[in-house]
Amino acid sequence: MATVTGTKKVVGLTGNSAIAYAMKQIDPDVCAAYPITPSTAIMEEFSGYYADGQVSTELIAVESEHSAMSACIGASAAGARVMTATSSQGLALMWEMLYVASGLRLPIVMAVVNRALSAPINIHCDHSDSMGARDSGWIQLYSENVQEAYDNLFQAVRIAEDKRVLTPVMVCMDGFITSHAIENLTLIDDAEVKDFIGEHEPAYSLLDTENPITVGAMTLPDAYMDIKHQQSKAIAASKDVVLEVAKEFEQRFGRSYGLMETYRLEDAEVCVVVLSSAAGTTKVAVDELRSKGKKVGLLKPRLYRPFPHEEIMEALKHCKAICVLDRADSMNGFGGPLFTDIRASLYDAPERPVVINRIFGLGGRDYTAEDAIGVYEELFKVVETGKVERLSAYLGEE
Amino acid sequence: MTKKNITFAGIIFEGGTADKYKTGGWRKLRPTLDKDKCIDCLICWVMCPDSAVIVEDGKMVGFNLEHCKGCGICAMECPDKVKAITMEEEEK
Amino acid sequence: MATLKELSQIEERFTGGHRLCAGCGIPPIMRLILRAAGEHVVATTATGCLEVGTTIYPYTSWRIPWIHSAFENAAATMSGIESAYNVLKRRGKIAQDREIKFLAIGGDGGTYDIGFQALSGALERGHDMVYVCYDNGAYMNTGIQRSGATPFGSATTTSPAGSVHPGKQQRRKDLTRIVAAHRIPYAAQASPHNWRDLEKKAQKAFQIKGACFLNVISPCPLGWYTKPEDSIEDAKLAVETCYWPLYEIEDGVLKINYKPKEKKPIEEWLKKQGRFKHLFKEENRHIIEELQKEVDRDWETLLSLDGKRLF
Repeated sequence: MATVTGTKKVVGLTGNSAIAYAMKQIDPDVCAAYPITPSTAIMEEFSGYYADGQVSTELIAVESEHSAMSACIGASAAGARVMTATSSQGLALMWEMLYVASGLRLPIVMAVVNRALSAPINIHCDHSDSMGARDSGWIQLYSENVQEAYDNLFQAVRIAEDKRVLTPVMVCMDGFITSHAIENLTLIDDAEVKDFIGEHEPAYSLLDTENPITVGAMTLPDAYMDIKHQQSKAIAASKDVVLEVAKEFEQRFGRSYGLMETYRLEDAEVCVVVLSSAAGTTKVAVDELRSKGKKVGLLKPRLYRPFPHEEIMEALKHCKAICVLDRADSMNGFGGPLFTDIRASLYDAPERPVVINRIFGLGGRDYTAEDAIGVYEELFKVVETGKVERLSAYLGEE
Repeated sequence: MTKKNITFAGIIFEGGTADKYKTGGWRKLRPTLDKDKCIDCLICWVMCPDSAVIVEDGKMVGFNLEHCKGCGICAMECPDKVKAITMEEEEK
Repeated sequence: MATLKELSQIEERFTGGHRLCAGCGIPPIMRLILRAAGEHVVATTATGCLEVGTTIYPYTSWRIPWIHSAFENAAATMSGIESAYNVLKRRGKIAQDREIKFLAIGGDGGTYDIGFQALSGALERGHDMVYVCYDNGAYMNTGIQRSGATPFGSATTTSPAGSVHPGKQQRRKDLTRIVAAHRIPYAAQASPHNWRDLEKKAQKAFQIKGACFLNVISPCPLGWYTKPEDSIEDAKLAVETCYWPLYEIEDGVLKINYKPKEKKPIEEWLKKQGRFKHLFKEENRHIIEELQKEVDRDWETLLSLDGKRLF
């Protein structure tokens, strides 16, 4: 196993190893998890740290992902700092409990290594898993590469546990593409990690037997809606906390994060919007087209839930045509989930850009810089002709 | 309409608040105790589903009629030789 | 062995004012078990009658820390709580002398069926907890649907007494033995009518380190179609007919805790309950005979194991 040894600051690690190492540095109170490809190595390597006493976490090797999230919920409600990791079917099996974790306002942090959902079964990357969980009340951060996944994990702890937020966070990265590729990244010292994340101060604890609380009571129509309203306001307000935490992170460690990353977007006529590793590929295409004088740009949302619709509208409103690339289909006959969100955000723009959608990369299908160039060319055609031939389509397929 | 006093995440930050909720209105039959017959065996107390048998210093002293639903278990379980509890029609 | 007088002096941590049915068998079970748990105890309850009936916001019957998270995961939820306790104590965030007990509770739906996997996992991992199943023999909370604990022949809303299929056509699971087969240190069956036996078993379960299990029969006037005042008597008859034997398996050794002087025919238990009414029709009588044979066979098996080491 490519676990980290020594204190070398720049190392080559896979995404999974980087997450496992970040978890070692965080040394959470409780970790309950069940292995699933492609996130398995996270728990394997973390188990290695546990076995060697490098963490003093309680590790619960549960019998399913449903129980993993259930145990995380129990532990978090008992006042512990809690982390887990999963992918695909594992996240699907947790579904019910995702809503319970967010509804009980438990600041659990989970690494999600994105993988396609069955059927047909496929172990490779797409975003069907976390996209399906986009409305579960979890904050979602998407990571382009290993460094971002590593950095996002620490920030996730701070965001989740912030008193104004108290909402669980998923840190997503692309299965195999990021989870299994070795990339160079800059590590943060253990002491600096501890200092940045601070001590966990739970909002409530079941272990305070002198002050007994009832958690998860049955609510009727006179209370349920108000409690959901509380939650809705908290997740909406978390956007500001995401920015605050990112700012502090940048001050301490020098790497800059926001709600999104824009790439050569300021004067772009056409733009691609895409999440995670495909943004890296698209940047190559942007550079190539820019070198030929084409005004192309990129927007990569980092915070997908809550959805920073105003900021996205501001960033995109000057474009003439936009293609949203979705690595998941909503199976709704209209387009992918990112597409509908982006398109809705632009409804309030003074001059609405044309927004089209392409579904790409399902089940690990390759997405290359040439594919991205094709998308930009199509956007220029839309601008020139003023016509959209296909609003939403599968990339490269008739 | 905004609802007041909704707690964080719907958590009840105090134990045993159901004590304040009255279920006595469910009752059709009311238990009555003949203290002269009662031997303070406390079988009624241990079997009561509504924690509605009042015991003080080990003595059965009566019923919490705010909680008692009138199920009649106390009267049924009162030992055959004692039968200190009877169920009577609740007054309308 | 505590007397009722002594038990009555322990604080009542399960208040009245809950919305469980009149004559429900669950509260007397919980009241006793909470008294046996000691001063510091945390509980979780699977979705079901007990959970819904005792925590209608903002009212709670629980004077102990309590959580509900879902239907099928009481054991997994408690795994997390118990693990949090271990680590927070180790890390000095909980006083070293603070001993807390952990109680997970489910009905037969949440235990025999939908929560069985989570229970099995938690037992195998050996969390220091007591799992209590209140077995009322069907999914009562949702309106009396059949479960893996529903007795053979019983009518439920999903195994109604039809002319072709007269009630549930399958035998029930022997969950207590299945649970014991996880080689946990303590598993037992109990009944609320025998409060001494139940209290003693709960005491033992809380004292023994590791995952312990209590399966307690819980009469349900609604689903059994019985009179509320008869609940405790109905539990007693289940034991007197040997439908629900009182026994325990401690460190692998089985011990029968109560042997009726005269084993009553199963009919005596059945005839009081509306859910078995159809069995007394001439064409269904054979079901009662089959049920009697099953009870006899199970009781004989149990007698043959009395005092024996199972694992």
